[in-house]
Amino acid sequence: MTQAAARSDDAPFDALALYTFTGIAALLALLATAFTKDPAFRFHGYVMLVGFLIAFLTMTVGLGSGRFRSDPTRYADGVIRAGVIATMFWAVAGLLAGVVIAAQLSWPTIFYFPDLPWLNFGRLRPLHTSAVIFAFGGNALIATSFYVVQRTCKARLAGGAWPWFVFWGYQLFIVLAATGYLAGITQSREYAEPEWYVDIWLTIVWVAYLLVFLGTIWKRKEPHIYVANWFYLAFIVTIAILHLVNNAAVPVGLLEAKSYSAFAGVQDALIQWWYGHNAVGFFLTAGFLAMMYYFVPKRVERPVYSYRLSIVHFWSLIFIYIWAGPHHLHYTALPQWTQTLGMTFSIMLWMPSWGGMINGLMTLSGAWDKLRTDPVVRMMVVAIAFYGMATFEGPLMSIRAVNSLSHYTDWGIGHVHSGALGWVGFISFGAIYCMVPWLWKKDRLYSNQLVEWHFWIATTGILLYIAAMWVSGIMEGLMWREYTPQGYLANAFVETVAAKHVENIVRTVGGLMYLAGAVIMSFNLWRTIRMPSPANAGAQAAGVPALMAAE
Amino acid sequence: MWKRHEKFERHSLILVLGIIIVVSIGGLVEISPLFYLESTIEKVEGVRPYTPLEQAGRDIYVREGCYVCHSQMIRPLRDEVERYGHYSLAAESMYDHPFQWGSKRTGPDLARVGGKYSDSWHHDHLTDPRSVVPESNMPPYKFLAETDLDYRAIEQRLSTLTAVGVPYTKAQIANAAADLEQQVDPYAGETSALKKRYGAKVQQRDFDGDPQRLTEMDALIAYLQVLGTMVDFRTYKAEDPENLR
Repeated sequence: MTQAAARSDDAPFDALALYTFTGIAALLALLATAFTKDPAFRFHGYVMLVGFLIAFLTMTVGLGSGRFRSDPTRYADGVIRAGVIATMFWAVAGLLAGVVIAAQLSWPTIFYFPDLPWLNFGRLRPLHTSAVIFAFGGNALIATSFYVVQRTCKARLAGGAWPWFVFWGYQLFIVLAATGYLAGITQSREYAEPEWYVDIWLTIVWVAYLLVFLGTIWKRKEPHIYVANWFYLAFIVTIAILHLVNNAAVPVGLLEAKSYSAFAGVQDALIQWWYGHNAVGFFLTAGFLAMMYYFVPKRVERPVYSYRLSIVHFWSLIFIYIWAGPHHLHYTALPQWTQTLGMTFSIMLWMPSWGGMINGLMTLSGAWDKLRTDPVVRMMVVAIAFYGMATFEGPLMSIRAVNSLSHYTDWGIGHVHSGALGWVGFISFGAIYCMVPWLWKKDRLYSNQLVEWHFWIATTGILLYIAAMWVSGIMEGLMWREYTPQGYLANAFVETVAAKHVENIVRTVGGLMYLAGAVIMSFNLWRTIRMPSPANAGAQAAGVPALMAAE
Repeated sequence: MWKRHEKFERHSLILVLGIIIVVSIGGLVEISPLFYLESTIEKVEGVRPYTPLEQAGRDIYVREGCYVCHSQMIRPLRDEVERYGHYSLAAESMYDHPFQWGSKRTGPDLARVGGKYSDSWHHDHLTDPRSVVPESNMPPYKFLAETDLDYRAIEQRLSTLTAVGVPYTKAQIANAAADLEQQVDPYAGETSALKKRYGAKVQQRDFDGDPQRLTEMDALIAYLQVLGTMVDFRTYKAEDPENLR
C-alpha cells in the first residue's frame, strides 16, 4: 500500500461509521458509569467503557495508518482466523468451568469457598452453559459462517470493517455476560441470563451480523444460495426473534442493572422454554447442521447425498422444532393441551432430525475408507452419529410417561451433553481442523497423531459422562418414587443426593478427559499455525487470484 | 415441484421471509392462547403480591441462581404430592416476574418449603449446609448473614413490578421501605401498617437471628418462609370442572 493511500482522509466509509459508533458508545458508557447509583451497573459500565475505549483508540491508530481498506479480490479471512482462536479459547474456558462445577457437586467441602460467593455453583453454572453455548458455539458459528458464505458465494464479506465489529462486539457480549453471572447480575432465564442492557447490546451485534451475512449473499457470483447458508440464515433470523421476545423486560431504572420480565408465571414459563428449546434447535442444531453441509462434503470430496432431502430436511426441521418447547413443562401448571401439542411435535421432530443425519452420513458414500485414514472425518462422522442418538433420545424423553421419570433428574443433563459434547463439540472441532490449514495456508495439520489422541480421549470422556448421567438420572428418578411395602416413601431426598456420589465423580473424570482433548487440539493448532508455509503459498500472495470456486 | 424451490434459493429475501413465516406458526399457536384463555390460571383465594422484604429475598434467590438446582413446581404425581405437598397451581406464580419453576432437582423442590423448617434451621443450613445435612452438596451462603440488605431502590422495584402487571397499590409502593423495615421488627405487633397492607397472615419477625442488623439473610428467609403458603387449600376444589384443565 502506498503512502498516499494510507492517508486517513480517504478512509472507507464503513470504517468511519464504525469509528463514530465506538466513540459515541464510549461516551454513553462514560455517562452511565458516572451517574448510576447501582454498584452492579457501575461495574459493567466500567467494563463497557474500557472495551469501547480500546476499540476507539485502536481504530484511531488504524485509520491514521491506512488500515481498514479492503481488497475486494480477496476473501476477508483475518476475522475468521481471530474467530478460530476465540473459539478454542472459549472452548477451554467453558469446559474448565464445567469441570469445576462437576467437582463441586462431587466434593463440596473442597471446591466451595464460603468467603467467595462468586465461585458458588449457582453463579458458575450459568457461566459454564453460556461459555460453552454462546462463547464456544457462537464463535464457531460466526467464524464458520463467515468462511462458508464467502466460499459458496465467491464474494468477499460485505461491510468492510463491520465483520470485525461483529467479532469484537460479540466478545464484549460474552465478557459482560460472564462477569455479570459472577457478580450476580442475572435474569434467571436459562440460557438467556444476561440483563436487559446486555441483551440490547447483543441485539445490535446480531443485526450487524445478519446484515454482513445477507450483504455477502447479495454480492454472490453464484445464482443459487448454497444449502449451508439456508441453515445459517435460519439460525441467525430465528435466534433474533427468540431473543427479542424472551428477553422482553422492564428495567428498574435506566441506570439500574435489574429488570423484571414482562411476563409472569405460566406464560413466562412457556415463553422461556419456547426460547430454551429453540436455542437448542436453532443455535445448537441449525447452525451446526450448516457446518455439516459444508465441511463434510468438502473434506471427503463428495457432493451432498441428496439435494431433495436437504430441502425436506430444512423446512420440516425449522417448522417442527419451534413447537417442541412445552415438553420441558410436562405435568406442570401449564395447561395440558399445550403439553400435548409440544409432545406431539417433539416426536414428529425425530423424522427431520434423522433425515438430516442420513443426508450427512450418506455423503460419505464411496469415501467410507476415509474413516480409517482421516481422523478429522471420523470426528465429524461420530458427531453426526451423536446427533442421531441425541435426536432419538430427545423425542423419547418428551413422552409424558417417560418424562415423569426423567424430568428434574441427571438424565436431562446427560442428554444435553451427548448433544453438546458429541454433536456440537465434535462437528465444530472437525470444521476447525479443516479450516486452520486452509486459513493459514498450510498443506496439512501439525500432527494427525494428536488428532487421533484428541478423538479417542474425548470420545471416551463423552461416553463416561453420559453413561454416568443415565445411571444417576434413572436411579434418582426411581428412588424418588420408590415406596416401602407399607406404602411410605422409601427415600428421603438427601439419600438420592448421597447415592449419586460415584456417578458425580465419573462425570467429573469424563469432563476432564473432554477438556484434555480440547487442550491437545489447541496445542496441535498452535503448532500448525507456526509451521512454515509450503512454497506455493508465496506465489498466491504475489497475484494468483485468491477467489476460487468452493465446490 | 422441486423446481419451484428455486425461488427460495435465488432470492435471499424470499428465503428470509419464508423462514420467518415457518418459524412463527408454532409459537403463535401455543403461546398466544395462554394470554386470553381464562382457564389458564385457576381462580384461588389468598395469592397476594410479595411484601417488599419477600420481594427483596426473591431478588437474592434469583441473583444466587437457586433455580439451577431447586424447582418450584410440584407435579401431580403421588410421590411428589406426598413428599412436597399439594401440586403447584398456575395461580401461585401469577405474580412471579420471572417464574422460578426451575428445570432440575439437584436439591429438593421448594414450592412449599414455607413453614416446614424454622428460621434458625434455614440460617444454619444456608450458612453451612453440611452442618445440618451432612450428605448435602449445596454451596455455603455464609456471606448473606454478613451483608446488609441494599434496599435503596425498593420503591422503584415495586413500581416496576406494577408496570409489568403486579397489583401493588399506591400506598404499598409509597411505603415500601417502611414496610420492609417493619417486617423484621419483632415489636411491630398485630396491628402494624404492614399487616394492614398485606394481610394478617404476613410473617413479621427477625428472621436471621440477629435483630441488630437487616441482612440479605433476613430477606431470603422471609421469602423462603412464604413459599407455597398463600393459597388456602380448604377453599380450593381441585375436582371442580373449571379447575380441570
